[in-house]
Amino acid sequence: MINFFLGHYGYWFAILLMCLGLYGAIMKKNLIKKLIGMTIFQTAIIIFFVASSSKWGATVPIFDEKIGVANTAKYINPLPHTLMLTAIVVGVATMGVALALVITTYLRYKTLDESVLLKRMKKDNDN
Amino acid sequence: MIIRNSAALIPLILLFTAVSIPIVALKKKQIAFFMVMIATSLSVIISFYNIFRVLKVGTIHYHFGGWIPPIGIEYVLDPLSSFICLVINVIALLVLIHSKKIIEMESNIKSVPYYALVLLMLTGFNGIVLTGDFFNLYVFLEICSLAMYGLISVGGKQAPVAAFRYLIMGAIGGSFYLLGVGFLYIKTGSLNMADVRSIIPHLYDEPTVIVAISLMVIGFGIKMAVFPLHGWLPDAYTYAPTTSSALIAPTGTKIGAYAMLRTLFFVFGVNYVSKTLHITDILAWLSAIGIIYGSIMAIAQKGMKRMLAYSSVSQIGYIGLGIGLCNPLGLIGAVLHVMNHAIMKACLFLVAGNYRVKLGHSNIFKLNDNIRKKMPWTTAAFTVAALSMIGIPPTLGFFSKWYLALGTIKNSSWIFLAVLLISSLLNAVYFFRVLEKVYLKPMSSNDLEEPNMSKNSKADEVSSSALIPVLILSVALIILGLLNTIIVKGIIEKMIPAGM
Amino acid sequence: MERREDNPIVSLVSRTVSPFIMLFALYVIFHGHYSPGGGFQGGTMLAAAFILIRLSLGMETSQLQFKSSWATPLGSAGVLIYFGTGLVALLFGGNFLDYGFIPFYATVAENRSIGILCIEIGVAIAVMAIMVSIYDDLLRGSPDD
Repeated sequence: MINFFLGHYGYWFAILLMCLGLYGAIMKKNLIKKLIGMTIFQTAIIIFFVASSSKWGATVPIFDEKIGVANTAKYINPLPHTLMLTAIVVGVATMGVALALVITTYLRYKTLDESVLLKRMKKDNDN
Repeated sequence: MIIRNSAALIPLILLFTAVSIPIVALKKKQIAFFMVMIATSLSVIISFYNIFRVLKVGTIHYHFGGWIPPIGIEYVLDPLSSFICLVINVIALLVLIHSKKIIEMESNIKSVPYYALVLLMLTGFNGIVLTGDFFNLYVFLEICSLAMYGLISVGGKQAPVAAFRYLIMGAIGGSFYLLGVGFLYIKTGSLNMADVRSIIPHLYDEPTVIVAISLMVIGFGIKMAVFPLHGWLPDAYTYAPTTSSALIAPTGTKIGAYAMLRTLFFVFGVNYVSKTLHITDILAWLSAIGIIYGSIMAIAQKGMKRMLAYSSVSQIGYIGLGIGLCNPLGLIGAVLHVMNHAIMKACLFLVAGNYRVKLGHSNIFKLNDNIRKKMPWTTAAFTVAALSMIGIPPTLGFFSKWYLALGTIKNSSWIFLAVLLISSLLNAVYFFRVLEKVYLKPMSSNDLEEPNMSKNSKADEVSSSALIPVLILSVALIILGLLNTIIVKGIIEKMIPAGM
Repeated sequence: MERREDNPIVSLVSRTVSPFIMLFALYVIFHGHYSPGGGFQGGTMLAAAFILIRLSLGMETSQLQFKSSWATPLGSAGVLIYFGTGLVALLFGGNFLDYGFIPFYATVAENRSIGILCIEIGVAIAVMAIMVSIYDDLLRGSPDD
């Protein structure tokens, strides 16, 4: 049981961050706080992937003459790192689009709070 | 060279055109539409060629960069992926022919970036359909999602809020899928779909694999808008401009359905998913609730676009039900309904766009009998599409519901059969409401006093570039309905996975 | 963006440091095969060099270094370099992005190494242009395209 918790502490940390991010994205009323929650969620997944690629007693995956090429157990797995590069860029692009949408919303409705926003949108609909 | 590389050419052509539009159209903005037309026509031609080649040769694999899978990324052309690729490209071509008029009219849409975004979205769709690698699917999923957020947000006053809501939900959905891929990679060590399929039978009892499937299904469910996760759909389809709705509504949610089909049946195996895990049962029940919910909410709407959006929720439920039934007839019904719903919804959204162009609004309760005289062809197309949505033979809508009903009878799930029949009746209610407003007006005293009716009955149709796609789509519904046996026996029956 | 006064220290330091950031970014791009680095990382650092000038000296002065209107065409040009490399590989008989077929040198391994360098340069240009464009659009307050 101890091994289940302490042996995988990297994964538990990432899952805690995911829960915090989801809570923020769903329960908070301000649009910027929702956006921050979503970003925390995506970053936590990146941390999860990177934590899954490490091995005990292994070094960075750059060619070292002392270890050689054939001894792959001494290098950590570089594939999740590469995948996460793409995921980071996707996260940045999503945040860029989201910030542009938030600015447009603010210019049109003069508020960023979701309940006030819904009230003003309802008034637009009834007109 | 074209023949050897034809499997991968479609996303490449679309991406190349999407990226070169901002450079080439710097001086003359009219070139953008021309380039879009060339790119989509080429992709339609190549999709047709791909289907015939797959039917003759069998499944085609294309290795990017020369690396053999499972080390490299590959594209897989089998009957399912080439069929859905064809449907997406043909609908996109017809909607983009119609879009010329709309983009000219709307003043706050800049045509050059808009067309670049449309082509990027089509790249994403084609990439998702053709790929055989899990992480490549994530990359293309995010490409098409980002383009969709941009396309939705240039609509009316409330469009950015709808796009923001869709962004939060869509990004979280994509992240759930990525987490599922991560769990699967940790256990199997491979990202290639065919490779994972050969490794999974050894791992049937691992809790990691169950978590991976659940996360992937949730991620696809958000994209596909199955019942509890559909919250982004009504606002996003209502406030988007006409071309965006007509492009996203027929095809955007089908991508999620295709991905779910591919992952559940072709990677994890039919028996594992349905008998051991019962995920398909949960999917079938949620889709059934979604069908009824969508139909009831559609009856309560006043604007035509919002009604069509809730109707989309209901139709996605049909596809989800077909997937969830897990027998060959259900699968045939689901895939036929993908093609079917794409054509019907595109026709309906384009008709709503035509009404907006000519009348300035598409509110159902403000339509009246003059529409029938002013825009006869558009209203006729709307009638054919409405009859197909309700499911009246010989239009195509009847046949997909027929296969779904046969699938429910084979499983002896009488509740699902009742859901199908009740929802057809509910569809009839909200479509006949529009048809009644347009075709049947009771005689009022104003008419008797006005002897010269010919002044009001002048046909004032939209221009031909906006009318021809609508007519082609509605005629296709009737013709494909009569020819549906050829489609089912020719392509769809070859898609049924092993073990069903 | 309005600044109350012209701060000489900030202005001098940023103008001095920015070219060195660009140089280091080029180092990171070109050493992508041998050490941590590559297209995305180098492109972001290049963008950081340009955004530093925009932050410290204001939008009008920084147009002398990198005009805002160059951003979208440069982004497209970056993706087209990536695409062009793959297309050249296609035309010489391989699959798409199969660099072994591009006739640079003799051995296939060296061809692949140079092919990857070409696409990393394309990616770096695209990433740099888009990051600067995001910053400019957010500052101007216009809706995204």
